[in-house]
Amino acid sequence: MLELNHMSMTFNPGTVNEKKALTDINLHLNQGDFATIVGSNGAGKSTLFNAIAGAFVPDTGTITLDGADITFLPDFRRSKAIGRLFQDPLKGTAPNMTIEENLALAFLRASTHTSPFSRITKADRDLFTERLAQLGLGLEDRMKQPVGLLSGGQRQALTLLMATLVTPKLLLLDEHTAALDPATAEKVLELTKKIVAENNITCLMITHNMHAALELGNRTLMMDSGRIVLDVSGPGRATMTVDGLLDRFAKNVGRSLDNDRILLSKQESAAE
Amino acid sequence: MFTVAIVQSALELGFIYALVAMALFLSFRVLNIADMTTDGAFTLGCAVSATAAVAGHPVLGLVLAMLAGACAGFVTAFLQTRMGVPSILAGIITNTGLYTVNLAVMGFSSNVPMLKTPTVFTAAKAALGDGAPYKLILAAGITLVVCAALIAFLGTRLGLSIRATGDNPDMVRASSINTAFTITVGLCISNSMTALSGAVLAQYQKSADINLGTGMVVIGLASLIIGETLFGRGGMWIKAAAAVAGSVIYRFIIAIALRANVPSECLKLISAIIVALAIAAPSLKKNLTMYRRRTAARQGRGRDHA
Repeated sequence: MLELNHMSMTFNPGTVNEKKALTDINLHLNQGDFATIVGSNGAGKSTLFNAIAGAFVPDTGTITLDGADITFLPDFRRSKAIGRLFQDPLKGTAPNMTIEENLALAFLRASTHTSPFSRITKADRDLFTERLAQLGLGLEDRMKQPVGLLSGGQRQALTLLMATLVTPKLLLLDEHTAALDPATAEKVLELTKKIVAENNITCLMITHNMHAALELGNRTLMMDSGRIVLDVSGPGRATMTVDGLLDRFAKNVGRSLDNDRILLSKQESAAE
Repeated sequence: MFTVAIVQSALELGFIYALVAMALFLSFRVLNIADMTTDGAFTLGCAVSATAAVAGHPVLGLVLAMLAGACAGFVTAFLQTRMGVPSILAGIITNTGLYTVNLAVMGFSSNVPMLKTPTVFTAAKAALGDGAPYKLILAAGITLVVCAALIAFLGTRLGLSIRATGDNPDMVRASSINTAFTITVGLCISNSMTALSGAVLAQYQKSADINLGTGMVVIGLASLIIGETLFGRGGMWIKAAAAVAGSVIYRFIIAIALRANVPSECLKLISAIIVALAIAAPSLKKNLTMYRRRTAARQGRGRDHA
């Protein structure tokens, strides 16, 4: 489904601020793969997402999505096939537009066979109500309210629904539960699992929670200094523990992982 | 205090200028861009409409004025989205250039008199009869049709994209929306509405003048803000109705001012003060509340020490 070939990116080349953000990234995701990505700050996780979403064109390498080379495709043309959620719940929705208008925009722009002048129909509206009801947040009764009135968790759940209303080829989740309180984060994560599984969406998810990184999906990637240093899947992953993952990381990188949030999440999961 | 004639002419002008308020609703409120092209686009509409009417095509003049306005909006949007000119400066540049264009359209004369020229209003008079309030019906009709079309458009995919562009740029950047395109379409539409307003006004008052558009952006904003303050909360229809109502109320304020013998030269200053106060109101309110709390706190402390 997604294929990254020898992708590299250096920011500010030739200056003192030179930063090799991505170095020779190779990644092949199959249809329906759900891969989690962990790594310390500055490891290149978000840069990888930016490259896939088209925020910049990599210096070298190619990006192929569903058989089509999208390396030079501008971001606004890619995002029809790629859904993306950010850590900040305010980034994904338009606050002064109603829930219905936000959904209509997401629906109309992602659907094929719509002209710029197409509008939502009664049937589309019923679909929105049905899908909102599945979130279990009572939002289906608040269709005419501006999104700005919703809480962060509700907005993130709505953004998730908007990104998957028309099934995308690829879903990028950039720590999308990190800014939510634990209970809400849990709820949004459950919704994510459900929606991704139901629609068999190919998905990449950045997380700082080692526990979630191993538990969610079918594959775990670890990044460090712009490289993918660890890629576990299948039976090896099923028996992997958080400590095992950290050991493998230390072995591959030559030093242990030093990120408070990751290590704290490790302690939390040990305490459970 | 008001004669029927004064009320009627305030309503007529209110409906004609309401198009500018709606245009600014689109650029200033929806797209979040202060579009300085407005003054020039308004005069451009006047000039095109008057010149076409003098040539014997009053209806075509309105259509051409809208097209000309859209072109002016396109230039501003092009400077802003493709050339990296800051949005306010882009409008000012276009506006300055339009002065020459407007003079050229009027045959390098600063005004076009059209006292005996057939206009859309003389056509309406012939159709509706002398006794009917034909000017009001026509002005209101044009404004209501354009407003309805604009609201219908804002519910379409492109319309929703334009609204999202002004509402949450972060979201739009992550969506399949080309902001350069949505800003361009938005500014073309808003300036074609401004130009239509000028076009109707020129035929209404039977003359076009190079200075008609001066200060139009402030007058339009005053109307928009008056409407929003009084009726603005609610869906798109209510917001549009508020802009029209604000424009009519503004014309009544002007009529009252003129009736109270305020010299007409002072009207621009009054408009400027209304807009400045209206936009500053939330900030003034906050400062005032803070000042009161601080004073109260100081007095409280003073008592404690004594």
